Amino acid sequence: MTLAVADLTAITLTLQLATVTTLLLMLIATPLAWWLTHTHARWRAVATALVSLPLVLPPTVLGFYLLVLLGPRGAVGQWMQQFGLSTLPFTFGGLVVGSIIFSLPFAVQPLANAFAAIGARPLEVAATLRASPWDRFRTVAMPLARPGFITAAVLAFAHTIGEFGVVLMLGGNIPGETRVLSVAIYDHVEALEYGTAHLLSAGLVAFSFLVLLMLGRYGGHWQKVAA
Amino acid sequence: MSTIDARFRSTQGSFVLDAAFSVPSHGITALFGASGSGKTTLLRLIAGLARAPGSLSVNGEVWQDAQRFVPPHRRALGYVFQEASLFPHLSVRANLEYGWKRVPHVERTLQWDDVIDWLGLVPLIDHQPHQLSGGQRQRVAIGRALLSSPRLLLMDEPLTALDANARAEILPYLESLHRELDLPILYVSHALDEVARLADHLLLIDAGRITYQGPLVDGLTRLDLPLAHRDMAGTVIDTTVVAHDPQFQLTRVAHQDLLLELPGVFGAPGQPLRVRVAARDVSLTLAKPSQTSILNLLPARIIELTDDAPGQVLVRLALADTVLLARITRKSAHALNLQPGMAVVAQVKSVAVA
Repeated sequence: MTLAVADLTAITLTLQLATVTTLLLMLIATPLAWWLTHTHARWRAVATALVSLPLVLPPTVLGFYLLVLLGPRGAVGQWMQQFGLSTLPFTFGGLVVGSIIFSLPFAVQPLANAFAAIGARPLEVAATLRASPWDRFRTVAMPLARPGFITAAVLAFAHTIGEFGVVLMLGGNIPGETRVLSVAIYDHVEALEYGTAHLLSAGLVAFSFLVLLMLGRYGGHWQKVAA
Repeated sequence: MSTIDARFRSTQGSFVLDAAFSVPSHGITALFGASGSGKTTLLRLIAGLARAPGSLSVNGEVWQDAQRFVPPHRRALGYVFQEASLFPHLSVRANLEYGWKRVPHVERTLQWDDVIDWLGLVPLIDHQPHQLSGGQRQRVAIGRALLSSPRLLLMDEPLTALDANARAEILPYLESLHRELDLPILYVSHALDEVARLADHLLLIDAGRITYQGPLVDGLTRLDLPLAHRDMAGTVIDTTVVAHDPQFQLTRVAHQDLLLELPGVFGAPGQPLRVRVAARDVSLTLAKPSQTSILNLLPARIIELTDDAPGQVLVRLALADTVLLARITRKSAHALNLQPGMAVVAQVKSVAVA
């Protein structure tokens, strides 16, 4: 049994989506996690809860509200149209936005835990050795939080690959544009093509298992040598 | 203006720190007080790691006042923490280079090789921090702080987390620190023996307030201060080694025209040696005894006396330009009718290297 071109396209698209989402997510999640770890703001708890919301919400709910918000009549959609931009639903860009929000807690939580585990002392030491705040972050916090960065990136990537509900609500099923792996599997099952569905599903299971296995082996080895 | 001037007021829950002091910016100033008296808090305020209303200037350079707050990375200070706190992700060399690389060449006051040699860091430099012993780690931390060319070195109980061996390993370095370097050091401690050994000036802190600031000897011996009333109370005298007596294994030391002999062979002639005389090892007579086992019989004058522990009296004596404490029984003080101004002979049973 071989995969059809459409399935290969779905796999490529899925990997593209996961890559773009992970890159953008790290840029967003890093400052957010840093802020959540170090702020004393009163609404820190509120922000933490908001970031964690995608963990518990059904993806369809998330997708539905994104569709409403980003659609031509939604607040964001209208604002984008004012600037002559096309709206995001049913586009690859829309999927990226949805995936970022959907996977946000998977990136923020490992990072926040890693930043918290560093503690204040190494950063204070760096400050007394003439390192500016950005310098301290770059040369002390980032290397010491490396396991957190790895965990965050891997989880965000894997979680985006397995995403289904948000994609379906927000992106539909446009081959080459929004038809990702999980949607393709759904289609095959609908069409009673269990063989292909098996192949793709088993591949996803194997991939996810390998990712988690690698994470367990290579994440977090700094803790052992913390001096 | 070669002084460090500080004034801070901070409230943390029920603890109020209200400290003001001005100390000379040379030598080692010990900040001494019980646990929880606010020593570390004060040090962190000086470093700028914590913030509270107040003012701070070091040699006339303002680090904080009503308008300004210089962030810690713009203060030319070194900070040695109680735990060495080496960066675990960097090698010993990279730890040492961390501050060094961030100081412009022209502002460097210490040379790389000098610091590395002086602290004996050459054999450690290619190791990782977790391969080092506690004492070695603290030595690297001291070197790392020095290599950032500080104009003020802050040390927060750098020996407390170490075992006795490691402490003995580090202490000589700290001792030579102010002999070798022209660098003011603020040294937080709650160990009186460390303070007696290292300090030139003393800041006593109690419940967030500075209760004494001034020369070490006065702080150790003033009868209105708590240190003179401790069991281990005493004074220190900065002497110079004069000669050794090989036959009786003695070291003869001098402080101005004051001569002392102590058992054991220490230092080389001409070398400085700080000695310690405990109050309980000093007794008083009115006339010089002719036959006694006591080696050091020193003519002194009574400055003041006060009641000490039950049945005991603490006598403060002037001796050359320095001060000696004697702890004697109240009965003896009464029998000799000791009064301020009286000339006595202090019999010093034991002199020890500080």
